[in-house]
Amino acid sequence: MSDQMPEFNPDDLRQSMEADIVCVGYGPATAGFLATLIPALMNEDGTPIAESKAMPGMPPQVLCYERADDIGFGVSGIVTKGRGIRASFPDLDLSQIPMACPVTEEKVAYLYDPVGASRKSTGMKAAEKFLLPFKKNFAAELPWIPPFLRKEPGMLLSMGQFLSWTGAQAMGSGMAQIWPGMPVEKALVQGDKVTGVRLVDQGVAKDGTPEGAFMPGMDVKAGLTVVGDGPVGPVGRGLNREFGMPEGNHQREWAVGMKMVVDLPEGCRLKPGTVLHTLGYPEPEIFGFLYVYPENVASLGIFVPSWFDSPVRTAYRYLQHWMMHPYLWQHLQGGTMRSWGAKSLLESGRRGEPFLTGDGWARIGEGSGTTNVLTGSGVDEAWTSGAQLGQAVIDLLREGREFTKDNLDVAYAARRRASWLEEESVQSEKARDGFQKGMVTGLMGMALSGLTRGAINLSGPQKRVYERIPSLEEYYRDTIPAGEIIRIRDACRAKGQSLHDALMDRAGWPSIPFDGKLLVSHQDALLMGGKVQANPGFADHVRFLDPQACARCRTNICVEACSGQAITINPDGPVPLFDREKCVHCGACLWNCTQAHPDDPEQTNVDFRAGSGGLHSAEN
Amino acid sequence: MSYHIVVCGSIVPDPLQTLTPVDGPQGPALKNEMMLPAVLDPWAGHALYEAANLAARHADCRVWLVSLGPKAKLQQVMMAVAQKAPFELVAVDGPASGFTDSFAVAEALAEAIEGIADLDRDKLLLFGGWQSASRGAGSTIQMVAERLGIVDQFQGVDQLNITDNGLEVLERIEGGSWLTSTVQGAPAAFGWATGELPEPPNNPQVGMMNMKTIMPALQKAKPAALGNGFGVNNVSLPQVVRETRVVKDMPVDDIARELVDWIQG
Repeated sequence: MSDQMPEFNPDDLRQSMEADIVCVGYGPATAGFLATLIPALMNEDGTPIAESKAMPGMPPQVLCYERADDIGFGVSGIVTKGRGIRASFPDLDLSQIPMACPVTEEKVAYLYDPVGASRKSTGMKAAEKFLLPFKKNFAAELPWIPPFLRKEPGMLLSMGQFLSWTGAQAMGSGMAQIWPGMPVEKALVQGDKVTGVRLVDQGVAKDGTPEGAFMPGMDVKAGLTVVGDGPVGPVGRGLNREFGMPEGNHQREWAVGMKMVVDLPEGCRLKPGTVLHTLGYPEPEIFGFLYVYPENVASLGIFVPSWFDSPVRTAYRYLQHWMMHPYLWQHLQGGTMRSWGAKSLLESGRRGEPFLTGDGWARIGEGSGTTNVLTGSGVDEAWTSGAQLGQAVIDLLREGREFTKDNLDVAYAARRRASWLEEESVQSEKARDGFQKGMVTGLMGMALSGLTRGAINLSGPQKRVYERIPSLEEYYRDTIPAGEIIRIRDACRAKGQSLHDALMDRAGWPSIPFDGKLLVSHQDALLMGGKVQANPGFADHVRFLDPQACARCRTNICVEACSGQAITINPDGPVPLFDREKCVHCGACLWNCTQAHPDDPEQTNVDFRAGSGGLHSAEN
Repeated sequence: MSYHIVVCGSIVPDPLQTLTPVDGPQGPALKNEMMLPAVLDPWAGHALYEAANLAARHADCRVWLVSLGPKAKLQQVMMAVAQKAPFELVAVDGPASGFTDSFAVAEALAEAIEGIADLDRDKLLLFGGWQSASRGAGSTIQMVAERLGIVDQFQGVDQLNITDNGLEVLERIEGGSWLTSTVQGAPAAFGWATGELPEPPNNPQVGMMNMKTIMPALQKAKPAALGNGFGVNNVSLPQVVRETRVVKDMPVDDIARELVDWIQG
């Protein structure tokens, strides 16, 4: 407690407000929910389909709270078949959405290693030989793309612009209010029932103690709480802790996606609607994408999965090496970064599905396990789950039924189970299991699952992420002597630096020739691309739970993997430092931790709580 | 004494955005202006928070926010601003890129203020950002006041206190000093500098209350015909090459040496 403040009970100051439906997070799932619900809230004669219980005489009061400072600050370039989105907008005109266009061409390219530093297994090297006839510019474009990977006929979207577009329509209707810059701390749980949400405290110090302008987070009570705060959202994860996971389900597979939006150089030959997918480089486990928007702009980036067993898996440095691959650099050289960002992807898919409903609450979107890990598609699936809940809520409101678990199961969960979303989710459930054993096995497993629609899979047990992370010495055993690793570690610690640059330099990765436009330092990417900011008066949202666990950690992978360099080595102790003004809220620290949670083996020693700030770019 | 406080304040691109001037069909504009995230102009923000604070401390005060900007962007920004302080919105649909003539902007704002039905001009305190909507010239709020017939005007205001003698104003003047003035009362105009108040926390209840006027105001927003008051021959951005490093515990001498090397280079 700050010494300027007398001790008091925050609940004495806490405000409370009533609504009918409160949504947590404005991502594609909640956008789909609101886009479905709002047009149906009023009858054709101008009367509401149901009367608000919070404000009698009015239509149902629908509120949505979004952590980011603007509803367009989500991170993702999207290529999607858009079935769910088109079902919501049958007359969708992509020209009305900035940076949107139809898919015109798709390619999948295997990237050979042009620098000689990539760790390619014997199996990968053998597989490379089969592609030699197609090799050009250190890459081989696959002559055939499996149907399960194809997105044509589909569309390219910018997540930021798409959500701005949908949000403007939702708010313009006057039937829902979407409040940005307002993180939600947790669901209000009473027994088995969720009665609403509590917003975060404001006017607090880094450690959460009240300061002069203290304002306790308001309680927003509602008959239905719609949880769509994504895979690292504190409300959804809190429900997972509170109610557990269905038997056999767990969330052990993750990836961090790091991306840029780039003004392509003049004369670039890439046509709008082009979709490139890459694999094989900079490390075999890292996949890449490049989508070409109208007006010579591209969205591009990489995915670094949790089964890439590197204890220094930095997405940023790898992103730069990936961009500089000759196959891509021929198009990108001379380009300018407009935007940059990162986010965690929950790649457990259906296996990571939590309970979808309960008394007074329902889960939608990525945090509810919608991502299809076989097709690499998540936005349309998230949207569809939201739209399905929207239709369910309309039905329940019209019928005057309560938002109980039983009613939500019938109206929402059953609808989801009977849809293409469930069918494809089941097909893909085991598609990624092979990657637990290696890249080649993983690719074979995906092909089997995809071509047999999930009938045949290379299935197997999945380790928790922290159980997979090797020591530095193990990882670099063929490249860097253990003694030298110790010297590098000590030198970096003395300078307060992370290890990945020094180790990658030593392992043969060339230095990045900064050009100040596209190839810039990590901190410049935060500033020029992400425009990362954090509002004052909020507590740190990244917490290290057990200092002893940090003391046991020998890799500090949280520091190496931090997308914003917000987590750094602490020269005065084992617990890393956290600077929330650099945090992009990707949540990678949550699963990039070598230590188990003190009480829950499915969690780690990092807690990712509700926090303010993050990316300030809507061009993502 | 109660006051009717009218705050003129519009939107600007969110800080750190990459602004690229382009030649549009109606003169210069910002590339992707409608795609860039926007915030309430910080100068005007200070004025709004000061207005809300003053209104909270004196009975029967009312606060209007008169905002000239693209309607769609105003709607988006208002969802954030509305949580900060109670106000009634008066929206005018028009450009806010900075490539507008402050005379024409002042005309549109004054017209919007004259259209506020319940406004008592004898109680009017006109607030705005000191350098807002004028590319730093500080002319817009001054011209709005002139059009409204307000002769008592203060620029670079950091503090306003209601005393028994009237309104005591602290204005920034040259040399890092302040000038203290007293004006008997309304009407008066104040171009705010940074004021003294921090940005208020987001209060959802304030937001809910404000939304009752914001959405109708946006629906009723009339387009402003600002015309082309001046011509722009050329607009360009300085070329910047960045290479930021994070270095801890670097000796001061080394920092100085690196700066000198950079300047000489």
